[in-house]
Amino acid sequence: MAAIYSLYIINKSGGLIFYKDYGSAGRMDTNDSLRLASLWHSMHAISQQLSPISGCSGIELLEADTFDLHCFQSLTGTKFFAVSEPGTQHMDNLLKHIYELYTDYVLKNPFYEMEMPIRCELFEINLSQAVQKDRVALLGR
Amino acid sequence: MQFFGGSEISPSPPAPTASGNNAHMMYVFNRNGVCLLYREWNRPLHTLNAQQDHKLMFGLLFSLKSLTAKMDPTNADKGNLGVPQLPGQGCSFHSFRTNTYKLSFMEIPSGIKIILVAHPRTGDLRESLKYIYNLYVEYVVKNPLYTPGTPIKCELFNTTLDQYVRGLG
Repeated sequence: MAAIYSLYIINKSGGLIFYKDYGSAGRMDTNDSLRLASLWHSMHAISQQLSPISGCSGIELLEADTFDLHCFQSLTGTKFFAVSEPGTQHMDNLLKHIYELYTDYVLKNPFYEMEMPIRCELFEINLSQAVQKDRVALLGR
Repeated sequence: MQFFGGSEISPSPPAPTASGNNAHMMYVFNRNGVCLLYREWNRPLHTLNAQQDHKLMFGLLFSLKSLTAKMDPTNADKGNLGVPQLPGQGCSFHSFRTNTYKLSFMEIPSGIKIILVAHPRTGDLRESLKYIYNLYVEYVVKNPLYTPGTPIKCELFNTTLDQYVRGLG
């Protein structure tokens, strides 16, 4: 498991349903995180249009100067994307693990409404455990 | 972002990082969004006509730059989303990868953007983009018959570029 700066989950329409910051200087307020999530959803879709080869499923990794952004899209269109340090390995495994936690603690929760913001305590607890495992690498704040 | 410290006029081309496949296509935009150059070497799928494709590409890159600057986790003081960023201001992305292609991007302080779309398993193409920028300076900017802001029609630039990109594969 790898350490990440923040995690976003967006539903198939591009609305933000979960945002958690794990200690970056760039923590965002609600409005900004909502805007960014929608922007990412649109960029993900546009990148499929610009593909020179058919069968493109959207951006999986965005590399910037100070961070990497990894995105995992489930078959239903729900996108999980995480901001991590540049060059972090095995992020796709972490994102798939987070997807499993989502299916177990969110989708199987009878009180959870589809496409709505996630308010499931067990999901957040297990998510923190999964992410905290390698937080030693992210010290320095 | 530290920029071009090199003192050489034309550095030797870096060792090719991609193996097996040529690049698919390349775009050069100026700061106003005018597509100065579009080269296509291997593009089986054309979703939109040329004009729309260029506009969409420029728009995508503009928005991604804005998103990257805002999402920077190491910088607490950021402007609002959508505020135009000067070249070099704020965090900028240098590449993104999908399952079918990898797009490498470089922005020069003058606002010229160079984009190379290649195979997804391509390595880091930043050095290659710097070399292509040097080709642009040598063959296009220094050409007295070229008007800045207009599409590039320099034959020598095109042939040298084709040769270099073929060498990447």
